[in-house]
Amino acid sequence: MLSHKTIISTLLSILLFLPVFAQADNLMPTVPKAKAKANPETLCVRDVKVMRTNHMEFLMHQRDETMRKGIRTKKDSLAECITCHVSKDDEGKFASYGDDEHFCSSCHNYAAVKIDCFDCHNDKPTAASKTGSTVK
Amino acid sequence: MTQPVNTNETKTDLYRRQFLGKTAAAAGFALAPGMLLTEIAHAKPADEAVSTKNRWGLLINTNKCASGCTACVTACQVENGWGEINKSEELSRASQKAVWIRKVKLKDKQTGHVQSLPLLCQHCEKPPCVDVCPTGASFKREDGIVLVDKHICIGCRYCMMACPYKARSFIHETIKNQKVHAPRGKGTVESCTMCAHRVDNDGIPACVEACNAEGHQAMYFGDLKDSNSVISKELAKNGGQQLRADLDLNTGVRYQGIK
Amino acid sequence: MKKNIPFIAIEGRSSGYYSLLALLGAFILASLGAFYYMEHHGHYVTGMDNQIVWGMPHVFAVFLIVAASGALNVASISSAFNKKAYKPLARLSGLLALALLAGGLMILVLDLGRPERLVIAMTYYNLKSIFAWNMLLYNGFFAIVIVYIWTMMQRNLGQYTRAAGIAAFIWRLALTTGTGSIFGFLVARQGYDAAIMAPMFILMSFSFGLAVFLLVLMASYSWTERPIGDAIFNRLKNLLGIFVASVLFIVAIYHLTNLYEAQHQGFEAFILLNGGIYTQMFWIGQVMIGGIIPLIIFYTPSLAKSRGLVGLGALLVIIGGLAQVYGIIIGGQAYPMTLFPGKEVIETTFADGAIASYTPTLAETLLGLGGVAVALFLVAFCVKIMNFLPASLADKDVDPHYKAS
Ligand code: SF4
Ligand code: SF4
Repeated sequence: MLSHKTIISTLLSILLFLPVFAQADNLMPTVPKAKAKANPETLCVRDVKVMRTNHMEFLMHQRDETMRKGIRTKKDSLAECITCHVSKDDEGKFASYGDDEHFCSSCHNYAAVKIDCFDCHNDKPTAASKTGSTVK
Repeated sequence: MTQPVNTNETKTDLYRRQFLGKTAAAAGFALAPGMLLTEIAHAKPADEAVSTKNRWGLLINTNKCASGCTACVTACQVENGWGEINKSEELSRASQKAVWIRKVKLKDKQTGHVQSLPLLCQHCEKPPCVDVCPTGASFKREDGIVLVDKHICIGCRYCMMACPYKARSFIHETIKNQKVHAPRGKGTVESCTMCAHRVDNDGIPACVEACNAEGHQAMYFGDLKDSNSVISKELAKNGGQQLRADLDLNTGVRYQGIK
Repeated sequence: MKKNIPFIAIEGRSSGYYSLLALLGAFILASLGAFYYMEHHGHYVTGMDNQIVWGMPHVFAVFLIVAASGALNVASISSAFNKKAYKPLARLSGLLALALLAGGLMILVLDLGRPERLVIAMTYYNLKSIFAWNMLLYNGFFAIVIVYIWTMMQRNLGQYTRAAGIAAFIWRLALTTGTGSIFGFLVARQGYDAAIMAPMFILMSFSFGLAVFLLVLMASYSWTERPIGDAIFNRLKNLLGIFVASVLFIVAIYHLTNLYEAQHQGFEAFILLNGGIYTQMFWIGQVMIGGIIPLIIFYTPSLAKSRGLVGLGALLVIIGGLAQVYGIIIGGQAYPMTLFPGKEVIETTFADGAIASYTPTLAETLLGLGGVAVALFLVAFCVKIMNFLPASLADKDVDPHYKAS
């Protein structure tokens, strides 16, 4: 015989978890597609899996190289990530960091990762600076 | 009042010399001017680090600097996204807004002679801002350009207290729409970067470009360590004075015609 | 032989005690609110700007840090210089030093543009920066004073008290020198580039620290109805008088030497004659309120008899001290730096050559007051949970041979 208690608690559990089952499709973040494939084989500048797990290290390394040594290679440049990955919505506007539609925050929101990159860096693609003529 | 530009005594140099012994110094001495010239005639490859081979500097001829002209200031704002250009710095009072470069007009107390000049970070060889910064966020690149690493700046403003030229600004509010190469953000300190992003691509600072475009040609940019550069030749010929030379900072920005 | 006076924690159950904690707590909450407000919006909500980059928070912070090392004085006198009469006060002296330092540092940290990055400041040291040195000094101060208090509280460690006391004394001198040097290193600013800055800060610390100590002692003893005899009270009062006088003296030397050097005369005229608020701060705040009036109180026998007046005198020393730090920090920044000798700046977009003005907002003032509240809260709390205060400071317990004069 099932006791009253068991029945009630089972019912309660189902009720409680119902919303979760209903949203099962949305459990993974929807990450916007990049505009291009940096490399036809690896799909990004490196293997996508490697990028997913280690992008912060590449960015951090590049950050110091650029800041301290003036090394301005494109491969791990944050600006290049933004240019390729942050895309316009239907109205032709770029998403901002923090929106679920923004490439970075689409996943960071989901994983509850806090970063301060965009306190200073632009979170949207912009036209790069035109470099002055060479006068020495 | 003319001081020779002392290009030999960067701290990194000192450190290296201690590290490598006398050979490094001797090698530096042995470099013929011609060799140096060929080396910098090529653009620096993007993956090459800046080095003590160069020391970037500016020479400002105040006789050519036109009173009332603010082309350099505007160009800097456009290039680096501050001032009028960046609409997001709106809540700050005038005295709280960032100023990377400013024009000042001077009048001699005795002769009444009036002149104007741009004032900006002097890219000191012995920068007080770097000396006092507790976190190492203020630093000098090997090539003499002084920058703030905003990734580690804690916003203590000690560097602003130490800078003799009031060259630095603190950001008092949230900033948006930054230029790609000029990140700026609330709670950190910033100043003139000598357009490092352009210099790294073999370009010249936006202010110099604008001054030339206006036809004033009051600013020279170039390598102080290259005796064949226009700036070095001009300095050798007509001299260039440091602001607050008494502080012995060996500034990378020099002025002519302050009298 | 006199017996050892027992140290007994205060009872701390009176409604007065709880009201005190509540009041201090309210100030602390208000300062946290102010912090959140400033960090959320950015520093544009403060009176600070790119001319006056250090404002009210730094005035309070520097005052508290300077007073912290001075508050340790009483303990130093007892342990390092072996003056028995001060022994009963040593524990409170150490506690107050820790509490004041904690309050001051809290303000400094909460005023940072990026306080969340404090870890960087705590783990990376640019050893050329006197600021970084100060962080080492502050941390060391905490450690040493805690050990020192511990040796006093633990009966079997008593033999180490003297050594710990001497270490603490030396460390605190270094700490104040370090704090003074924060300004001493700013060679470009006319108000700061004086070698006398460091010794001046040391004397200031003696004076501010003892004034705070005296007030805290008087308050805690009168509220807990424990006696303080004339023996100890007059000693402290006279000592404070000496410190106040020596601060006045060194300040006079500082300004006189400055007046002697041509390039400082502009700055001196600014502080002493025509600097508006800063001139008032100097003459009325620092000299009159913080110096002369307290000295008159302390050394006029008829006035000094009244404990209330002496307490007021100590309070005036604190107010005068705040005015002095205000003058040093804000006044030193407000006075323009000379970039072009012999020239007058007739046009600028960045206030070159002009005297900067500063109007602190409520938020930054609350943040500063919050640091004071934190310090007092810590003291009030600790004297309840641990045995910091001697049960009695009556003459017969402290010094049986003392004769009222
Ligand atoms: S001018 Fe000021 S900010 Fe620039 S390097 Fe010198 S001290 Fe630093
Ligand atoms: S404000 Fe930033 S750059 Fe300036 S001293 Fe502080 S940490 Fe260094």
